[in-house]
Amino acid sequence: MWEVTLDDTQALALGAGVLGTGGGGNTYIGRIWLERELRLSGKGCRIVDADELADDALAVGIGSMGAPTVGVEKLDAREEYLPIVRALGQHVGKPIDALVIGEIGGANSLIPLIAGLQLGLPVVDGDGMGRAFPELQMDNFSITGISTSPFGLGDSHGNTVIFQRVDSPFRAEQYGRALTIEMGGSAALAMPTMTGRQMKASLIRGTLSLTRRLGHALLDARRRSADPAEVVARLANGRVLFRGKITDVRRETVRGFARGHLKIAGFGESGELMEIVFQNEHLIAWHNGDVVCTVPDLVSILNLDDGEPIGTEMLRYGLRVAVIGMPAPRELKTPAALRLVGPAAFGYDVPFVPMPGHLL
Amino acid sequence: MRIGIDVGGTNTDAILMDGNQVMATYKSPTTANVTDGIVSALYGLLNQTRVSRAQVQGVMIGTTHFTNAVVERQRLERTACIRLGLPATTSLPPFSDWPDELLTAIDGTGYLAHGGHEFDGRVITPIDEAEIHRIAEDIQARGIRCVAISSVFSPVNADFEDRAGAIVKAVIPDARVTLSHTIGRIGLLERENAAIMNSCLSRLAEKTVQGFRTALADMQFTAPLYISQNDGTLISAEFAQTYPVLTFASGPTNSMRGAAFLTGLRDAIVIDVGGTTTDIGVLQHGFPRPSGLTSAVGGVRTNFRMPDVESIGLGGGTIVRVEPFRVGPQSVGYELTTRARVFGGDTLTTTDVIVAAGRAEIGDKSAVAGLDQGLVRCVFDRIEAMINQTVDQVKTSAEPIPAVLVGGGSILIQRDIAGISEIVRPPHFAVANAIGAAIAQVGGELERIFSLAETSREQALELARQEAVARAVTAGAARNTVEIVEIEEVPLAYLPGSATRIRVKAVGDLGA
Repeated sequence: MWEVTLDDTQALALGAGVLGTGGGGNTYIGRIWLERELRLSGKGCRIVDADELADDALAVGIGSMGAPTVGVEKLDAREEYLPIVRALGQHVGKPIDALVIGEIGGANSLIPLIAGLQLGLPVVDGDGMGRAFPELQMDNFSITGISTSPFGLGDSHGNTVIFQRVDSPFRAEQYGRALTIEMGGSAALAMPTMTGRQMKASLIRGTLSLTRRLGHALLDARRRSADPAEVVARLANGRVLFRGKITDVRRETVRGFARGHLKIAGFGESGELMEIVFQNEHLIAWHNGDVVCTVPDLVSILNLDDGEPIGTEMLRYGLRVAVIGMPAPRELKTPAALRLVGPAAFGYDVPFVPMPGHLL
Repeated sequence: MRIGIDVGGTNTDAILMDGNQVMATYKSPTTANVTDGIVSALYGLLNQTRVSRAQVQGVMIGTTHFTNAVVERQRLERTACIRLGLPATTSLPPFSDWPDELLTAIDGTGYLAHGGHEFDGRVITPIDEAEIHRIAEDIQARGIRCVAISSVFSPVNADFEDRAGAIVKAVIPDARVTLSHTIGRIGLLERENAAIMNSCLSRLAEKTVQGFRTALADMQFTAPLYISQNDGTLISAEFAQTYPVLTFASGPTNSMRGAAFLTGLRDAIVIDVGGTTTDIGVLQHGFPRPSGLTSAVGGVRTNFRMPDVESIGLGGGTIVRVEPFRVGPQSVGYELTTRARVFGGDTLTTTDVIVAAGRAEIGDKSAVAGLDQGLVRCVFDRIEAMINQTVDQVKTSAEPIPAVLVGGGSILIQRDIAGISEIVRPPHFAVANAIGAAIAQVGGELERIFSLAETSREQALELARQEAVARAVTAGAARNTVEIVEIEEVPLAYLPGSATRIRVKAVGDLGA
């Protein structure tokens, strides 16, 4: 067991930005909210290893569903996540023993810590994605067959909706999305509800620790004026794919998803070019026309000077960046996983050529 | 004819222009009471020419006065903030993540009330007028007169902010109210922060702008007074008095626009060396490259578009220490003319070194005649390293591009700069910032979320264009000169109906 304290918040926000691969929402709001909760509670947030939970314990994944743009304008109610966790516990007829991070990339990594502090519940070190993905069914809980239902959505008014039975993760995404829009474009999500045994079998373990390590290493690199991209890539078993200046960003909206295409020109007269496509997250990177990294492997873009992770909404002409490729966690590279989170799942006819190694 | 004046931390620079022709320039130290500096600058200009006051069609002032007040936590008013959005937004109340000293300086008090809208214009909860009334009475009882009001998604629907503002003014007749939708864009905390900063500056703004006006009136100038804002366009004095926060960062913008004007270059690095700092930025298509990310002012996060400028502690007043050897970042600032050795003082500054090297004739050069030439070289080496490193940081490619040197301290730069194709020192380089103010246009901007399910993209863009043009005209632009200079469309992820945030900026020449 370890604790998240005020010394970790900045590091966690940075690390979550790296693993957010451009999506997952801005971590600034989550960070200062977590700092406020840590100050109010006067205690750290308890983080437990998956094995510390009993097999028959009850664990629930939580996070925010919806549009990041809404998240920075209609800020959450302080207790946004409590009613839905309590309602799910009542529905199942057992109190909930631990919270699980649904998605480690971006703002969603911090929300379970905030709810854990408020509810006095521990948070498990790990998550369902090992990164950020745009849709509910794209996590290892769904991939390994843990039922998405029952699941719950809640709004700032304290309204809670429990989906008692939903026949597939895709339907959960569809219905959940429709309700999220009605709830104002952003909602508190509790999913999945699982036993300790299920959680241990499907959790991508250690990703919160990794997030913290990445963030602290990045902060340390800044202090030492070391190359932040190199430091991050090494820690996540990846490599720096490219350095250059963004020369073109094109965006379009397809079925509510912000898709886009990005060009980065290498420095100097090299003529080197990197192209990246994104749909909320960066998906595929080509170097001079050759695929060098594809989803589910992670493509992260960092500000060249200080290593600040850059979200897709921040991409703009002229930014000088380093692109990092990191191998996905092994759980996302099984044939079953690749059907849901491989390039084809995002509509790209590109084979998945894995980077060597695994995220952790 | 126009007069441009830049009131900096060290110097007040002024210029008189006839069309594109520079008629006279004048540089004087900034005075503790900024108005005196302006008066002496105006006299300075008139005394050099036969121009009569009646020939002056506009006076444009750029000032860092308001930014400095926030940075120094001085001359600020006690301020309250009312946010409409309950039951949402309680996770982070107003003043979240503010620096403690600033919060204390303005005695920041936050209130949460019902109200707010959803992204698509639906109401979160109706506004509760009795609740706003009670809050206003509480603010009144605390003796606070400056009030910022924010409401969730007010850039989509400003009705609740307007109504809350009317209630506050009814309860507190002498209240100075800032509504967040009038100055900021989407991003509640950042917009609210800007509104709060605007509020806490409101009295200072009234006093300062009134001082400018009095100075002009006393000198029998009848020309209208304009103030430059952060994007390099002008706002009327009345508008600046109500929205001082819009003047933040106008200094660097003005000197970069002035550099573009003086050289005709549209893509270049601009190095502005003042008395205390050097600002290095990039001109793209004749305008400063804006910082894309949020920017902090005095430690407070805002979402203004500031010019993307790197500042380093190097200027004409920068102190040189011999043992151990250091150049800056401390500066003698506006005391250069009393503390530098060439002016009879006992502090060794970069200006003394330049004179000792025989590169400039300033003050009494015999005072530095004995300076060790090895030390002089060390100082030049250090300056070269500082400039090279910062230029490299702001450059967007390795390709060499021209650099424009402006500002009174730019004589400090005597050597080549890495990655720079040519160094341009335009005439009147010392008053580029005042020129930037004098040549500025006026602008109008609109940002809104459009649902492209109900409106076609073309209709939405047309609507946004018209509104931006209308705002530019309201701000004083001659309608036939207004053009659209920026269109930004950002589709919102995860929302239906192709919700798209559209921002349009229009600028035009000042109307007669």
